[in-house]
Amino acid sequence: MDVVTHIGLTHYLVISAMLFAFGLFAVVTRKNAIVILMGVELMLNAANINFLAFSKYNGGMEGVMFSLFVIVLAAAEAAIALAIIINIYKTFNTVDVSSIDSMKE
Amino acid sequence: MYELPTGAEIQAIITTIKSGALHFLPEIWLSGLFLLLILADLVLRPKSHHVFSLMSLAGLAGSLWFIYQQHAMVGTSIFFGMYVVDEFSLFFKYFFVVSAMLTVLLSMPSDELNERCSSLGEYYALVTGMLIGMIMMASATDLLMIFLSMELVSFAAYVLTGYLKRERRSTEAALKYLVYGAVSSAMLLYGFSILYGLTGTTAIAGISSVLMERGYDPLTMIVASVLIITGIGYKIGAVPFHFWSPDVYEGAPLPVTAYLSVASKAAGFALLIRFFYVAVPHVQGGEAFTPGMDWVTILMILSVASMIYGNVVALWQTNVKRILAYSSIAHAGYALLGIIVMDELGTQATLFYLLSYLIMNFGAFLVAILIANKTGSEHIDDYRGLGRRMPLAGAAMTVFLISLVGLPPTVGFIGKLMIFSALLAKGSVFVWLAVIGILTSVISLYYYMLIPLNMYLRESHKQLPDSLPSPFLPQLVTAALMMLTIYYGIFFTPLSDFARYAVALFANQLY
Repeated sequence: MDVVTHIGLTHYLVISAMLFAFGLFAVVTRKNAIVILMGVELMLNAANINFLAFSKYNGGMEGVMFSLFVIVLAAAEAAIALAIIINIYKTFNTVDVSSIDSMKE
Repeated sequence: MYELPTGAEIQAIITTIKSGALHFLPEIWLSGLFLLLILADLVLRPKSHHVFSLMSLAGLAGSLWFIYQQHAMVGTSIFFGMYVVDEFSLFFKYFFVVSAMLTVLLSMPSDELNERCSSLGEYYALVTGMLIGMIMMASATDLLMIFLSMELVSFAAYVLTGYLKRERRSTEAALKYLVYGAVSSAMLLYGFSILYGLTGTTAIAGISSVLMERGYDPLTMIVASVLIITGIGYKIGAVPFHFWSPDVYEGAPLPVTAYLSVASKAAGFALLIRFFYVAVPHVQGGEAFTPGMDWVTILMILSVASMIYGNVVALWQTNVKRILAYSSIAHAGYALLGIIVMDELGTQATLFYLLSYLIMNFGAFLVAILIANKTGSEHIDDYRGLGRRMPLAGAAMTVFLISLVGLPPTVGFIGKLMIFSALLAKGSVFVWLAVIGILTSVISLYYYMLIPLNMYLRESHKQLPDSLPSPFLPQLVTAALMMLTIYYGIFFTPLSDFARYAVALFANQLY
């Protein structure tokens, strides 16, 4: 009963592991470039939850700092990614990654 | 929950940062160059992009002076232990600045960039930005700093890869690079978060001491190790994290491909070496590695897979860029061998190998650019009959390729010799690694030699003029690189001493 009522480190870790798994699942299964990037955002945020939870229970500030930087980097990455995807749409008229394959093995 | 710092504490922090900045001058100088290049592009809007290339060449040469000054401050840790100036980072600072200069020199004659791009101001700024990131990757001693610098390199690299934005190949390469890069960096970050949770610190030296002291759960450690190796393996382009590299190398502009394959890969190796030796706990006295952190076995698998896969798949390639891409996967495998040995000799061999790869790979790409300027193609059939028409390019390409195979008297031979002798000196299973390395080198002889074969012994189907002259400057650089490849193959002591100087730092941490 205690596990249900009292929120501890494990709860955070389970949530973050699930988020990470969902993100990875989206990256692997989805064909739309934008959805793939959303999956990557989930993975980054899963790591953020980990950092914050560990920071709370370890008592250090490093985790908080780390997650702040990751948020900024995720925003920068989204900016670059969207620019590249817009360019993809202009040249290929699609954002479906399976049809963007002009170079062959 | 957390207490705010007092005024005196804030003062102390500012003083530390100020004194740290004095050990950070090369990076500050390069950041200034980066801003200057962007501003110059906005304000001047010059007709010829040679203004920028000359400006960045001058700026990069200036940064060498600042790096030289740092020899006096070796061994200082700055910014609260996040960043370090030591022999190892100095080695890589020189390495990266020289490779950025070569990239600029390769970009100047490239028609691909000059004719198909509207503006090249940001191009040189991005090359500089990527350089700053790589320098920081080699010097970072904190998980946060490692992650930030890796992302800085990646972001600049994504944009550079897609720089020819009207070309399908280049745009596609940028997307592929972006997707693989974003996923692997997210995995790396998750691995870091687990590591932070286990140890409560983000300093890599602290991580290893806490892990040794407190012990850890092997299963958790395996997960963290695999995630982190995914992130680093992507940067060095080792199998099975190589999927991006052939397409990205083919699609990116040629100078960018050269930059990625040499400098970005070397930055990954710098990070791997530091992380592997400092953060991963090793048990004193040889083979008994701690459970869950058995990086040596993982790296062995990566290395063998890279050597075999890279060399075998290259056999079927018909595009010179792709041949060089697969060869760069194979070379990542060879360079990994030196790290696996885990002693001073092995690390020195890896660093030497990276130096030799710098010279010969930039050379090969420069010749590919000169040829692409004339024929507009990188297909191996379009290399037919060029040996007679472009005598210097043909001779130089042959020398670089012989060096990439690892035959004497070239610098590539010495690099392979050092790696294999480090393996043989270690004995046992390492001998087999050396055998695999030698056998795969023999395979590589075939696909490398196809290029000179086409250049010299086969006649072109197309009507080509009897001579295809190139401009003076790129010819000069080609000749210089060719001479260096042979010169350092005979008088290799300066390079190997330089590499030994760089690993002196790790002497007390290697077991």
